[in-house]
Parts: sequence; structure tokens; C-alpha cells
Amino acid sequence: MTILVIAEHDGKALAPATLNTVAAAAKIGGDIHVLVAGQGIGAVAEATAQIAGVAKVLVADNAAYAHQLPENVAPLVAELGAGYSHILAAATSNGKNILPRVAAQLDVDQISEIISVVSADTFTRPIYAGNAIATVQSTAPVKVITVRATGFDPVAAQGGSAAVEAVAAVHDAGTSSFVGEELAKSDRPELTAAKVVVSGGRGMQNGDNFKLLYTLADKLGAAVGASRAAVDAGFVPNDMQVGQTGKIVAPQLYIAVGISGAIQHLAGMKDSKVIVAINKDEEAPIFQVADYGLVADLFEAVPELEQAI
Amino acid sequence: MKVLACIKRVVDYNVKVRVKADNSGVDLANVKMSMNPFCEIAVEEAVRLKEKGVATEIVVVSIGPTTAQEQLRTALALGADRAILVESAEDLTSLAVAKLLKAVVDKEQPQLVILGKQAIDSDNNQTGQMLAALTGFGQGTFASKVEVAGDKVAVTREVDGGAQTVSLKLPAIITTDLRLNEPRYASLPNIMKAKKKPLEVLTPDALGVSTASTNKTLKVEAPAARSAGIKVKSVAELVEKLKNEAKVI
Repeated sequence: MTILVIAEHDGKALAPATLNTVAAAAKIGGDIHVLVAGQGIGAVAEATAQIAGVAKVLVADNAAYAHQLPENVAPLVAELGAGYSHILAAATSNGKNILPRVAAQLDVDQISEIISVVSADTFTRPIYAGNAIATVQSTAPVKVITVRATGFDPVAAQGGSAAVEAVAAVHDAGTSSFVGEELAKSDRPELTAAKVVVSGGRGMQNGDNFKLLYTLADKLGAAVGASRAAVDAGFVPNDMQVGQTGKIVAPQLYIAVGISGAIQHLAGMKDSKVIVAINKDEEAPIFQVADYGLVADLFEAVPELEQAI
Repeated sequence: MKVLACIKRVVDYNVKVRVKADNSGVDLANVKMSMNPFCEIAVEEAVRLKEKGVATEIVVVSIGPTTAQEQLRTALALGADRAILVESAEDLTSLAVAKLLKAVVDKEQPQLVILGKQAIDSDNNQTGQMLAALTGFGQGTFASKVEVAGDKVAVTREVDGGAQTVSLKLPAIITTDLRLNEPRYASLPNIMKAKKKPLEVLTPDALGVSTASTNKTLKVEAPAARSAGIKVKSVAELVEKLKNEAKVI
């Protein structure tokens, strides 16, 4: 068995989710090859070659793969991947965009967002917003799988010395082009990789009040998230959303501030190690999953907490 | 231009589902069913394109049981012109659904196909991308903004770091994200009118599509329950617990 993992990157740096995906591949067992597709990706390929447990890195460096447009990258992955037993990608917006297109080209069903490996052909994945866990078996000759990063502890980013091989194949469908992007800039850790996450909900009342959470987060070295209610109300941008339709996080410590705890939100954070809830409504469902609940006015409790730690 | 909007009948998003005792699936007996929320957004976007004069006809299609006609009638009440049901009582995988939709696309020749990014039951997030692969069309997934100009469509997509805009040649596939629009409610007169709009029923056999699958669900279980912890009385007690009991700060 040889497994092809698709590297997650932004063209400049390898994303941590790749390490969790390699960890899932290691659980399946067999040789692990990683494909890095993009343009001007030498640094990403070098970093990928150092991942522990990776035997070979395939580098497809071409203008057609810049911005990883699925119309061009999916045929590449399908062509390379046809000889592998499994193709894995992180269940990031990029992985979700590309991999089903690969699966359809290979005429196989995909298994989305696995959270555990039962055996080389059987996996578990959440359905109904995490309210049920399905065990799914694949009989496909090539098993196409996206991996939920929080289900697997990352492998070491260092220690490997994989062979790097250039891939000459160029696929340019000509049906799509990149226009631009607006990426949120932040000095705080990335939400899905942070050890501590502080999230705010509708109870924050407005975007300005999120400053309270930023101050607390900076003291804890935490990332800041938000519930869908806070995002929909326009308090903060959508890339901060934690939940079934946003980011799935599982930090060591999750502090939910002014979040009622809709199923939608719980699906995105209930695998956190320790959950703290601060809410003035003692009936809020968030308290049913919180290890430590504090019924209090957040505008008093959060500054006090920030002072106390 | 013609727009194809695809919808799925799913358990209503307000329903708390329960896993069946024999672990064969979730219990859907006597449970309220609705149009998948992301599909409502797809229908709404199609209707807005028609109101802007970009779309001339909206065909709404669903793959599912006979009862999915209810959701198709809802879409007709929201502004779709006619409906197609590809009837199948089986629980189809995303690839099978994409193949059936491909057959409908071949038949209808739409310029734009709009789908929800994922269904809230199976949470697969696959069908739109698979349909794009099968048709060879460009794909604008997780769309938060759609602008048709000439023979192209600009799609702003919600990606992990923020937003990305791509330009796709028509025909193209779009999958909707939450912030694309806020779906309207159907008015009573429109619900009455929808009853008279055409609804065609097809079968996978008639379309010549095999719905065979390489995936098999072995069992469905309830997730490990997380038990409620304790309530602390003060911030000081909270900090003390986090430091000494949980040891996370």
C-alpha cells in the first residue's frame, strides 16, 4: 500500500493541517508520498521533505497550479493518484474543493472528514452536524478521503528526509482563473492550530466589544473565534467562525464567552480538552458541555479574568 | 440563460436527531423534513438572478424519494419555473447524485448550476465538485457572491483565510455558502400558483445512470457524550481550577 497525501499550503508555507493528514496516513499504514502542487513552491517542498514518515515528495510546480484551482489540480491528482491505494487531503476549504473532483474523475465515492481510522478500508466520520458518527467502509480501488485535522495528532514537522521528485504533467483546463483574494491578517495563532481559543457570541453585542477577547487572547497566546450568530450579526469576519459550517477546533482550552451553545457551534468545538463557558443565562445549553461554567456578566468577568491570569 | 438549482430533502435543521437502537442509521420516522438550508440559498440565488434579468428560466431538480415533491413545490413557490424529480427511494451517495444531475444537465443544458455546499444530513460536501468533474465545468464552491457578466461568472468564495475570487467560463457550477443571501419566505398566493407549475418525474433507469456505490455504511452510533462539569462561583475560582485542576494555563 502506498498513500498519496495532498500538501496543504498557501504557496509560501506548509500548513500544519498537512501534519495531521500525514498522521492519518500513518495510521492506515504503508509508504507515504506527498504531492505539493502550486507555483514557486520550492520552500514548501523542502519543508514537506522533512516531515517525519514521508518517503517521497512529488512537486508539481507550474503556473497552471498557482492558487490551486481545482479545474487544473484535480486532473493532476487523479492522474498521479490512480496508482495509489489511498488519496488523502486535509478537510480544509482547499481540500474540500479539490478532492471530490478527484474522486469523481476516478469514478469512486469519497469519504469526507474522517475522525478515525478503523482499518485500511474502514473509517469513522461525523454526520448530522456531529450528532451521529458513521462507520464507513470503502471498496474503491483508490480510496479518496478528506481528514478532519482535530481527529489526528500531528506528526513531527522535522526528522524526515524524503526524496523530492519533480512532476512534469501539466493540466490547464482553461475554464477558470484566479482574480484575487482578501485574507484576514492576524498576529495571533491560527484558529485550528491554537492551543487556546477564546470565542465570542451574540452576547458580545458588537464588534468593538471583541477587543475584550483580543486582550484576553493575547495574554493567553490564544486564537480568537466566534459563533455563527456573532458572524451573521457582522461583529467579526466569517473566517473566525467556529462551528459545523465554519472551523472545527479542538484546543487544550476553549473559552466560550457570551455563546449560548447552539448545536451548530457545539459541533465545531466539543472535542476541546477543557471547555469554559461564561454566560449570564444559566440555562444556556453551552453549560451542558462546559467543564467549568461561570454564570456572570461577561463585561465584568472577562476583564477580571484577564487581570487574574 | 437557463439556471438549474439543485435541492435535497433533509431532516429539518431544528430537529435533534437520534440514532436508531440497532445502529443502522438515524431515526427519521415522524420527523419534520425540509429543504436543506444551503439548497434554499441556491434557489434564492437563482430567483435573484432571474429578478435581475440575468436568468430567463429556473429549473429546480431534486434526487430523492416521492416525498421530495414537497420541497420541489416549495422551490416553485419561491420562484422556480418548473421542477424535475429523479425518483429514488435508496440512500444515494454523492457520486450517484452527481451522475444523475449530470444526466439532467445534459438534457437541460443550463448555463449555471447552483447547489448547496453540503447537505446537513450526510455532511459530505461533495456533490457540486463531483458534478463539475463529470461535466468538465469550472466550479465556484462556498460562494458568498456571484456576478454574471457576459460569458463568465465571478464567484467570491469563502476560504479558510478569508475570501477568494475566481472567474469561471459559463457554463459553470456554483455551491452556496451561508452568507450568499438570505432566502425569502414563500407567499400564500405563490404557494397556490406553485401547485400548477410543471413537475416532471424521472427515474435513474430512464436516465441510464447506475447508482452503484463504493461506500458502505457499517453502523451509525451516537457520539461520545460530554458530561457537564461544574459551575464556579467567581473568576478567582475559575482561574484556580484552570491552573491547579485542569492545568491548562
